[in-house]
Amino acid sequence: MTTATIIQSLASGLLMGLLYGLIAAGLALIFGLMDVVNFAHGEFLMIAMYTTFFLFVFFAIDPLLAAPFVAAALLVFGAVIYILVIRFAMRARSNVGMVQIFATFGLAIVMRGLAQFFFTPDYRSINTSWLGGQTISIGGVFLPVPQLVGAAVSLAAFTALFFFIKKTDFGRALEATREDAGAVALVGIDKNRVFAVGWGLGAALVGLAGAIMAMFFYIYPDVGASFALIAYVTVALGGFGSVFGAFAGGIIVGLVEATTALVLPPSLKAVGIYAVYLLVVFIRPRGLFGSI
Amino acid sequence: MLSVHEITTAYQGLVAISEVSIEVAKGEIVLVAGANGAGKSTLVKSIAGAERPRSGTVTFDGQRIDGLPQHQITARGIAYVPENRRLFPRLSVADNLRLGSYMYRGKADREAPLDLVFQMFPRLQERLDQRAETLSGGEQQMLAIGRALMTRPRLLMLDEPSQGIMPKLVDEIFRAVKTIRDTGMTVLIVEQRMAECLEIADRAYILQTGKILMQGTAAEIGDNPDVRKAYLGL
Repeated sequence: MTTATIIQSLASGLLMGLLYGLIAAGLALIFGLMDVVNFAHGEFLMIAMYTTFFLFVFFAIDPLLAAPFVAAALLVFGAVIYILVIRFAMRARSNVGMVQIFATFGLAIVMRGLAQFFFTPDYRSINTSWLGGQTISIGGVFLPVPQLVGAAVSLAAFTALFFFIKKTDFGRALEATREDAGAVALVGIDKNRVFAVGWGLGAALVGLAGAIMAMFFYIYPDVGASFALIAYVTVALGGFGSVFGAFAGGIIVGLVEATTALVLPPSLKAVGIYAVYLLVVFIRPRGLFGSI
Repeated sequence: MLSVHEITTAYQGLVAISEVSIEVAKGEIVLVAGANGAGKSTLVKSIAGAERPRSGTVTFDGQRIDGLPQHQITARGIAYVPENRRLFPRLSVADNLRLGSYMYRGKADREAPLDLVFQMFPRLQERLDQRAETLSGGEQQMLAIGRALMTRPRLLMLDEPSQGIMPKLVDEIFRAVKTIRDTGMTVLIVEQRMAECLEIADRAYILQTGKILMQGTAAEIGDNPDVRKAYLGL
């Protein structure tokens, strides 16, 4: 193993990590806002990837251009899911937590089933996108362009999210709802509206990630499952509910995954992530940046 | 201004207030007094929309407001400061105040009540960057009242503002209530500390086990021999 291989691995790990962070951001945002774990998060990613795929196939829109539209479509989708499903799950008279788990889990199964029915279980891919398959060399390190762009999009999205939450009125309303959803009505804020926008934002973030992923990953109805699992680990690492913890968690997961692949056979590359995850759960159960 | 007509509110079948009617006229300070568990909090919660009355009506400025979602009642001009204050603990004092003016857009509209708030509670101005949770009980109550004023209400409802606060600050808060009324607002205040509150109130109602036991001007209630014996300990 040479220094060059190590740098190469860590660089691609970092890029993937930023993308993992972007995938996990929406999960963390929604959990932080209302203590609901969205078990259909991976299916949101799947829908985003298919949306990108169909925009490409039917309208010849390159995934890079499609990304903002996919994010916008997912924004609407997320808000509608809140209004039609989650809102009612939260009204349960007893055992609300359990009802929410089953509601989002059921949603995941429904979405996967519908995708298999309408989109068929075939593996699809976008082979001729502008960036797909390209690599560039920076100081002897070869980096795949789609992942590089994905990392840039992730950085931009987290920066925008930071300013949105810290500097705008609606961001302040989000923070207040996160603190005490029962109290925002005292200042005339409709918590259901904040929740709906929160779901929309969370879905839009995973929508961005999906559009990027569609450039270099197969698209099929179960594609969300493996990435959702990584997203849960990312969110737990960063601290449940902390959006910026998800950012750090994503980078850690990406780097650990790349390092594991260096020392263990490729089929065991996920071992590292879960080992680190278990370590964090044992030593610091609230996650690295969690404040629960 | 506010007219509550025969409202009954129950929690899981247990009736907390039964056919209670009260009137609040513009510019008044009205006190609702009574022992613990008499239903005082339930009454203001039912007006604010935090609880839904089972029957009866609540009319504010000629319009029915019972049954409206709580945030819409706030938007109609009723600010409610609950017993446990419900501040946003990890947000700064400044952010808590800013959230109070969330419904308004223009800078002038949003900041109009700030002068009054800082004039009454200068401590808040000194602690703008502090998290709300780091304030003392009295300061938290001031912030809760300040946040409520930022919604620019016509009616301010306070539930036990003196609870858990050191005596010196209680006077400050009661003085503030008077100042607030002098700016043209109307105040409905729920209190157990009847003696101090009767000094600033115009009229008072006494609730007992969910029903109105007595009502009158502050002077009438304060002079009533039964009240003096049962509630004022005189």
